[in-house]
Amino acid sequence: MRIVVCIKQVPDIAEMEKMETDPETGNIIREGLPAILNPFDEYAMEEAVSWKERNGDEVIAVTMGPPQAEDALIKCLSMGADQAILLSDRQFAGSDTIATTWTLAGAIRKIGDVDLVLCGQQAIDGDTAQVGPMLAENLHIPQITYVSRLVLEGKYITTTREVEDGYEVVRCKLPALVTVVKGINIPRVPTYNSLSEAMDKEIPVWGAEDLDIEKDRLGLPGSPTAVTRVWTPESRSQGQVLRGEPSELAKQLAEVLLNPLQN
Amino acid sequence: MGIKIILDNCTGCKKCMTGCPFGEIEVIEKKALVKEGCTLCGACQEACEFEAIEVDRPALQSTADLGKYRGVFVFAEQHDGELRSCTLELLGAGRRLADRLGQELAAVLLGDEVEGLWQNLVAHGADKVYLADHPTLGLYQTESYAAVLTAVISKYMPSIFLFGATTTGRDLAPRLASRVNTGLTADCTSLEIEAETGLLLQTRPAWGGNIMATIKTANDRPQMATVRPNVMKKPTPDTGREGEIIPIPVSLDPKGIKARVVEVIKNHDWSVQIEEAEIVVAGGRGLQNAENFEVIESLAKTLGAAVGASRPVVDSGWKAHSHQVGQTGKTVQPKIYIACGISGAVQHRVGMESADMIIAINKDPDAPIMQIADYAVVGDLFQVVPELVKELKSRRKKGESAI
Repeated sequence: MRIVVCIKQVPDIAEMEKMETDPETGNIIREGLPAILNPFDEYAMEEAVSWKERNGDEVIAVTMGPPQAEDALIKCLSMGADQAILLSDRQFAGSDTIATTWTLAGAIRKIGDVDLVLCGQQAIDGDTAQVGPMLAENLHIPQITYVSRLVLEGKYITTTREVEDGYEVVRCKLPALVTVVKGINIPRVPTYNSLSEAMDKEIPVWGAEDLDIEKDRLGLPGSPTAVTRVWTPESRSQGQVLRGEPSELAKQLAEVLLNPLQN
Repeated sequence: MGIKIILDNCTGCKKCMTGCPFGEIEVIEKKALVKEGCTLCGACQEACEFEAIEVDRPALQSTADLGKYRGVFVFAEQHDGELRSCTLELLGAGRRLADRLGQELAAVLLGDEVEGLWQNLVAHGADKVYLADHPTLGLYQTESYAAVLTAVISKYMPSIFLFGATTTGRDLAPRLASRVNTGLTADCTSLEIEAETGLLLQTRPAWGGNIMATIKTANDRPQMATVRPNVMKKPTPDTGREGEIIPIPVSLDPKGIKARVVEVIKNHDWSVQIEEAEIVVAGGRGLQNAENFEVIESLAKTLGAAVGASRPVVDSGWKAHSHQVGQTGKTVQPKIYIACGISGAVQHRVGMESADMIIAINKDPDAPIMQIADYAVVGDLFQVVPELVKELKSRRKKGESAI
């Protein structure tokens, strides 16, 4: 069985304050920011690799991004991916979620015979959770999102899908796409040896010419949405500081809680 | 736009027939035949395992066609025959946009025996209710819902289509946007109409709320957005409002659905529903252990609030992941967020900073959470919280409390 894990390199959130945006396109300038593998994608990687260890599946990590996104793929290799592919081309620049999906789908079709596509539930920079379902649609395969438990049995998967008021058990024949939540597993920490082995592996780079996709589906021209304005919201400032005896504090808080509209 | 059967690939297996929600495809002499009423919903293409069906929807519609798309549509999410509160919030937001454009507001309601909900949708602002009522639509399943909504878009051509940013909306809307090839903006917190162009301005937080971005879909329709629950105001219902109900006949075969919900397990513990709660009481490392979480739960119970947790609490196994607020948990936007013993690392703040009011209870006056709190209570949570519970209960007895 062949599993493709779609991953994204994201900026480290703790460094957010430093970033800038392109005044013309409104897109974020990523250069100079420390980057990490999207935390949700680590769970997707772990899930794929743990099934590989049980069933001998083949695991391929794929990302679309700038050349330095290779670092995130090295992490995937060190976690146990058999192969990693970087989709990088100037023509991919400025992609919104739908254009990203066209590129990823092109790569997955080129890889061929993929049984299961795994994604993190969302990336921590955009937080949209859109790429998974859009990719599934593009590939004409079913999707199961927000999965906290995944069981592979031959050509079928049984999943537990987390919803607001409980969970659903969803069963599906492969091929399918699954997006995973944090609770699904505990990702392994790569060892020094696995990391150094991963660094020696070659990571092929595929550009627009390598994928069978019409040009107007890619990058900025292929993106129906456009960011027209970006701004930093006024940061919250401290209101009142309350000190004193617990019973006094409780009285003041009760006032606030019982009359929230007056505050 | 069109649909084509590639006869060489067609095996006559009838999967497309089973998959069509509208009974518009037949298999005659071992080949699929599309009937005139085809809505181009794409369900047959999804069902086909032999790549024998092509549905052609050009990605870039010519700008001349954009004017044909009119009206604001809202996906009326219901569970077990009850409307989600975000549906009513969407109707409020949708009504305002529709009035601004001088166009109609429609609600699209899917479910099993849910017709009784239509008047409520009208009372909350809908001019029209499109209703697809069928046993197979009783549970939300991506494929059947996406097929019916694609048909609605093809036939009624809305200019704007709004969804709640729930696990349902965030599963369905991207599937649909990709199928009809249009733009989608996730988790909007503000929606406006641009005066000069009449385009929908969709504003959302990005990068964990450190940045706000306004996004528009200029050349594709419908303009689609999911809207974060709890942000838009619910309109006051007017039972005298008049509206129209338009049935959408469907003939779904449950066998045609690939990803099937085989079991639903309800969590009757409402305290986990942190995304829709008006008040969230959250605990952090300051609780010291799982047992001490009782302090938090007792306050939450007194206030009718949901219970949140910071990442260290979840990683230590004191609380289930479904309670986690923050970067790798949930983003909440309640009216009141009470953070107890939470230091407020940026990874936590991005999940709750948009709350209307923040109360922080912490021994350390310099903790980051205290710097963004409207009420920064310097004190020991193990003393302050039980006192607060006592105070609230005694006031309730005296009849002072509405909560």
